[in-house]
Amino acid sequence: MAPSGSPKGSLEPKASASPMDRLAGLALAPVHLIMGLADKPLRAWQKRTGIGGMALFFLAPNMLIFGMFVLLPIVINIVYSLTGGTALFLSERSFVGLDQYRQLFNCANYLDAMTCQEDAFWTSLDNTFWFVVLQVTLMILASLITALILNRELAARSFWRAVFFFPVLLSPVVVGLIWKWILQRQGLLNFTLLPFGFEPHTWLSDRGFAFGAAVGVSIWAHMGFYTLILLAGLQAIPKDLYEAAQMDGTRPARIFWRITLPLLMPNLLVVVVLALIKAVQVFDEVFILTGGGPGTSTLFLTQYIYETGFVSQPRNAGLAAAASILMGLVLVVLTLIQLGVGRKNEAKGKR
Amino acid sequence: MGNARGFLTRRKGGKGWHWTDIVTWVWLIGGLIVMFGPAVWLTFSSFKTPAALAEFPPSILPYVTQQVKVDGYEKPLALFEAKMPDGSTQVLAEVRRVGIVAQMVDPKAPGQIIRVNIADRQPVREIAFATENYTKPFTQFDFVQYLWNSVFVTVTATLITLIVNSMAAFALSKYEFKGRNAAMLVILATLMVPLSVILVPLYSIISTVGLFNNLWGVILPTVATPTGVFILRQYMLTIPDELIDAARMDKASEWQIYWRIILPLTAPALAVLAIFSVVWRWNDFLWPLIVLSRRELYTLQVGLSIYSGELNVQWHYILAMTVVTMIPVVLVFIFLQRFITTGIAGSGLK
Amino acid sequence: MALKSLLAASALTLMTTTAHAGDVRIMWYSDGIEGEVFQDLVSRFMKDNPGINVIVDNVAYSVIKEQLPVQLEAGNGPDIARVTAIKDLAKHWLDLRPLVSNAAYWDENFGANADWMRPDGSNQISGFMTQLTLTGGFANKTLFEQAGVALPGPKATWAEWAAAAKKVAASQQIPYPMALDRSGHRITAPNISYGANYVGADGKPAKLDAGAKAYLGQFIGWTKDGTMSKDVWVSAAGQSYRAAADDFINGQVAFYYAGSWQIPNFAKKIGSNFDWVATGSPCGPTSCTGLPGGAALVAVKYTKNPKDVAKVMEYLSSETVVKEFSERTLFLPAHKGVIAKGVSFKSDSQLVKDALNTFVGASKSTADAAQKMPGWRWSDTLYGAIVTRTAQAVAGEMTAEEAFTRIDSDVADKVKASGL
Repeated sequence: MAPSGSPKGSLEPKASASPMDRLAGLALAPVHLIMGLADKPLRAWQKRTGIGGMALFFLAPNMLIFGMFVLLPIVINIVYSLTGGTALFLSERSFVGLDQYRQLFNCANYLDAMTCQEDAFWTSLDNTFWFVVLQVTLMILASLITALILNRELAARSFWRAVFFFPVLLSPVVVGLIWKWILQRQGLLNFTLLPFGFEPHTWLSDRGFAFGAAVGVSIWAHMGFYTLILLAGLQAIPKDLYEAAQMDGTRPARIFWRITLPLLMPNLLVVVVLALIKAVQVFDEVFILTGGGPGTSTLFLTQYIYETGFVSQPRNAGLAAAASILMGLVLVVLTLIQLGVGRKNEAKGKR
Repeated sequence: MGNARGFLTRRKGGKGWHWTDIVTWVWLIGGLIVMFGPAVWLTFSSFKTPAALAEFPPSILPYVTQQVKVDGYEKPLALFEAKMPDGSTQVLAEVRRVGIVAQMVDPKAPGQIIRVNIADRQPVREIAFATENYTKPFTQFDFVQYLWNSVFVTVTATLITLIVNSMAAFALSKYEFKGRNAAMLVILATLMVPLSVILVPLYSIISTVGLFNNLWGVILPTVATPTGVFILRQYMLTIPDELIDAARMDKASEWQIYWRIILPLTAPALAVLAIFSVVWRWNDFLWPLIVLSRRELYTLQVGLSIYSGELNVQWHYILAMTVVTMIPVVLVFIFLQRFITTGIAGSGLK
Repeated sequence: MALKSLLAASALTLMTTTAHAGDVRIMWYSDGIEGEVFQDLVSRFMKDNPGINVIVDNVAYSVIKEQLPVQLEAGNGPDIARVTAIKDLAKHWLDLRPLVSNAAYWDENFGANADWMRPDGSNQISGFMTQLTLTGGFANKTLFEQAGVALPGPKATWAEWAAAAKKVAASQQIPYPMALDRSGHRITAPNISYGANYVGADGKPAKLDAGAKAYLGQFIGWTKDGTMSKDVWVSAAGQSYRAAADDFINGQVAFYYAGSWQIPNFAKKIGSNFDWVATGSPCGPTSCTGLPGGAALVAVKYTKNPKDVAKVMEYLSSETVVKEFSERTLFLPAHKGVIAKGVSFKSDSQLVKDALNTFVGASKSTADAAQKMPGWRWSDTLYGAIVTRTAQAVAGEMTAEEAFTRIDSDVADKVKASGL
């Protein structure tokens, strides 16, 4: 479906170099030098080990760091979930087998979270599910619209792009704080509504609104990230395709479905995967915004894990680990599905 | 292309408003308000005094009650607009308040005390920027040290991330080898594990290898980002293999292929990753908070958290320092986002 | 080139992380200006003792609460820390008894609270309370006057306060007659006034008794009929702490139940907007108690130079330093000698002085059950369960009865999981 030529056809340097480029070139000079120096020993390595050895070389640094600081903790976490007690370090904990999992799954009726021993776990699972569905769908929609709009010929396009990207620059803590102040009783929203005769309302004490706010605020905070990825994809679509379509008098909607969307697929896939993962992990900004309330209506999985393992007295690191393993399992299944979709697309791309 | 940028899009030939133009501008203006508005409000709020921050209804701009020096009183007095019994209003200075009655004086004739019900007086307010929210933390707070630590962590982590991730992405996208899919799967699967979940094990690893209270303890666990590998790999998949084959024919080594062909072509994706990495590392909070408990190692985000106490939070300092910490990332973005456009435009799209 | 300077810089950073002998690191958190005052006092110490380098690491409270225990368990951590979970972590504290020159001074002046911060059954001197806190009420006097409602007297009950506050709210058009912080510590005070006793015969948590159920039931009812602010309780899930202080500062609440630590905050933020008074704790059928608490400065066992640590602790606990610290921070001191001689708090507001004195007076009517809570290992477990479930009942997710059952089962689970 996609044209076999990549968006980047040529290696030729640009004809005219702006001062900015020259500056970048200057900064890159030492890098080039170092990279050149590294070439000699690597050539020798390549001779000895062949392409496979080079693959190993390229992969090794990342996988080493990764194994040590991501994989190993996960493995330790699995062991954790099989232990009990209040001690934090494995050597002092007692082995309890699957007790922690049993506690999580101890329910009288699986359709009603309130009948479970760990009702908060199931409530947070339910909340997280709906959050992911709503947030991911709406955010991708919003990002796509924004990217399409920013891809048009606009005055001051880089300014507009910066506008939508701006919230991504803020730390999650700040995002939560800003919106809390806007939505709280003495906040900006009530202040703006006051002249229109609305009585001050505590928006965040309203279950539906609080959930909506959690979704909305996290879209606000992250959509710039995804818009940028989509925009990069849109700009990589050759303009002559559009021109040809226009000359044929194709309707814009048809252009979108037939040209834009298929060519955007690789980027859209990246966006969907990343957005989904981030949504499942939602924590900081919502925690600051609603704290999980009102009641438990915006209590999400990560908050449950954090509270169980870190905040509650005495801490229950084993139970928290077990909950996180369950969460991980769900996510791995999701990834596998995504990967399947991705592979199909890659296969299409190669043709 | 690109010449004569008007306020209207040119796709429709510049004649009249197509409905898409209207949608575009509604979306853009709405986006401007929604995206920037809160931050502008944050910036104004950072200049408010603690009392003004807690106030309802809130104001957009920072206001304080005007004060005036009155003869016979040591301290400056607050000015109020008081409704007099005869219905007129007069600007008076408040001496003290006893219950619901305020004792006030006319600043011009300070001899006589006038009693006014507190419901009948409104403070006279003026805009004043509480710059001490900024200056005080700067003096108490080793700002330069924190800034240096933040810059060091951000720059180092970003450089390592770019190199290590792009190498891994290259291997995963352009080589066929045993275990490639397994490696990709592992990376993707762990993409999903939030930091808060593996805090305790990660902490025990860091303290075992002696990186506790060390900036490298903050940097290393973050650099092998699965997200980065994923983005770069997806991008590299779009680079045609023919280019690499041609280079191999020219006797280029694999390393040369990586940094002379693949890296330049991946520039836009690298720029995107660089921006994200800078933003992430700059805003990292939870992890540095755990690893760094010594003042001389604090990053800015950790530094500004010291204003959160058990029972009270000193919002005025937090806001001011937040605005300060925002500035560098905004600058980096402005610089790098140009690079994305040139990267895309310069790679021979036409 | 850039890379080289970066490497040099990183080497430099690595070097600065190694500790020097003679360093004493203090981990400190602040609710207000106490960090500044403390730094000032420490600087004076360093001038007199040039051999000892005291470094104050200001941290967020969450570091003390969530990260410090992890560090301690790994044998890391600062030399001295300002902590609130003092009993829970008692096994990590250093015994200063053999190190200080005058242990009798410590027993005499800090003996009353020493048990809060040492392992059960020892006579260890772990440190001292930097401040005592006591829960208690605040009334917006101006609102009461404007409404023409008399302030209930010192022996007034919770019900009387509720009735008066409702009258004020109705006449002054404010949204909340009363507010109580979302905190298990705060709500435990009235529970005890209603006769609750959390401690079972074996020292482990007992099931909720009639006293606790009576007040909690009443409280949940009050949030439903609007007597008590519901918003602060539903504003989070789990056991997060939320204060209703901003509503009181804005004159939206007639009666607010918090504690002595709010006084400096009110002084700064309310200014002359209205008059406020501390009222002590309203009465229940059994007593009129507040709940004591506070933060302690303790020495950590894993320190490399205990001698210097002891010197610093001796200086900080000396009568003049404690007195100056309390006077400048407006904290209630825990030092017997200082209390006996009287403290002249540094504030030009009469409201503040009156309020502080009210709390000093109210501390005399603290019930025994309340006095026991800070030194009891399981108090935080109960506070957590009570907040979590009561808040759910307030939000309408369960009935009061269900909440009580859940509190009991949550606590039982926690006790069981801890393996103690």
